[in-house]
Amino acid sequence: MKPLLRFEGVTCRRGGRLLFEDLDLQVGPGEALHLTGPNGSGKSSLIRLAAGLLRAEKGRIERNDAALADEHLALDRDLTLRRALGFWSRDVDQAMEALDLVRLADVPVRLFSTGQAKRATLARVAASGVPLWLLDEPLNGLDADGVERLERLLARHLEKGGAVLAASHGPLGGTWSRMELGV
Amino acid sequence: MIGALIAREARRAIGGAAWLPVAFFLVVAALVPFAIGPDPRLLERIAAGGLWIAALTAALLPIERLVEPDRANGIFDQLTIRGISEEAVGAAKVTGHWLTFGPLLLLAALPSSFILGIAPDSLGRTLVALAVGTPGLAALAVMVAALTAGLPRAGALAGVLLLPLAVPLLIFGAGAAGDPESGGLFLEAAVSLLLVGASPFVIGAAIRASRT
Repeated sequence: MKPLLRFEGVTCRRGGRLLFEDLDLQVGPGEALHLTGPNGSGKSSLIRLAAGLLRAEKGRIERNDAALADEHLALDRDLTLRRALGFWSRDVDQAMEALDLVRLADVPVRLFSTGQAKRATLARVAASGVPLWLLDEPLNGLDADGVERLERLLARHLEKGGAVLAASHGPLGGTWSRMELGV
Repeated sequence: MIGALIAREARRAIGGAAWLPVAFFLVVAALVPFAIGPDPRLLERIAAGGLWIAALTAALLPIERLVEPDRANGIFDQLTIRGISEEAVGAAKVTGHWLTFGPLLLLAALPSSFILGIAPDSLGRTLVALAVGTPGLAALAVMVAALTAGLPRAGALAGVLLLPLAVPLLIFGAGAAGDPESGGLFLEAAVSLLLVGASPFVIGAAIRASRT
């Protein structure tokens, strides 16, 4: 089956420092890859490369349509959650439901707590309807219920033939292949 | 998506403070008679120039909200992932900004012209010159906002960048308002067109360069 994300011999250098060299990876439909490694080992850079926001020094990156959740909210703070999500996707109800955000649908995004903002970021990805999800530290700020909901959401996405690339220090529930950077 | 971006830009301006640059424009125009004195002949001679200086300073006001909040909030990254080029984003930003800046400024130019005692027969010319200049001013403002986004003291830096770059627009615009035979209007239109045409590429490159 055609992979949704493929790195071939990718080298990444940031600020003159070599983060990784000649890296190959492949994520196909239904697959989830968990990136680990110490701070500064290049996890976020790898995700930004996959998203097309950074350019690799060497190598080739191919990917299908992707959605990204990182530390940026990327939702208009003056709007209510429903309208802010609605800028990016038409159908946002299911994603809000999955992350228990329905009761916050009419609250302006600027009033959200850290955890609520993280849920909103994940809802933006879930509502995008694209096959490849790129998640940078998706557990940051989530409470136990949030983590559980995220795991269920990811499991459903994988079942439907989606793929996930996630960088996280914490353990992620479900079946993940693992890749450790900076070793 | 581009239409939605333009609408978003306009909504943010109206929800923010689109009236603020316009109020500022009025205040600066109203200051001129206080500084120069009430002599109507003298005022009429410098009125067009006064309006243009007011327009330039008003164009500076919204700069900090044009690009930086979207950069810091990750909006540009999300648009890029969706395959929308940074240049298209730049064009949408300029269009959306002009929509909430140009027409309002022209509206405010009417009472300002009255305060400065512009003669009725040259009022039309003054307004046309200002109208032709506003797209160029809007494009310049977004370009400078993109170039300074994320830098420390961006606001002051933006002023130092924008005002000199607006000099051609100012010379031809004020000239076109003063003397119909000068051909200043065509030169002003050419400068305005150049600024608008260059803006998507400048903004696009600036967005890419500001990525970390």
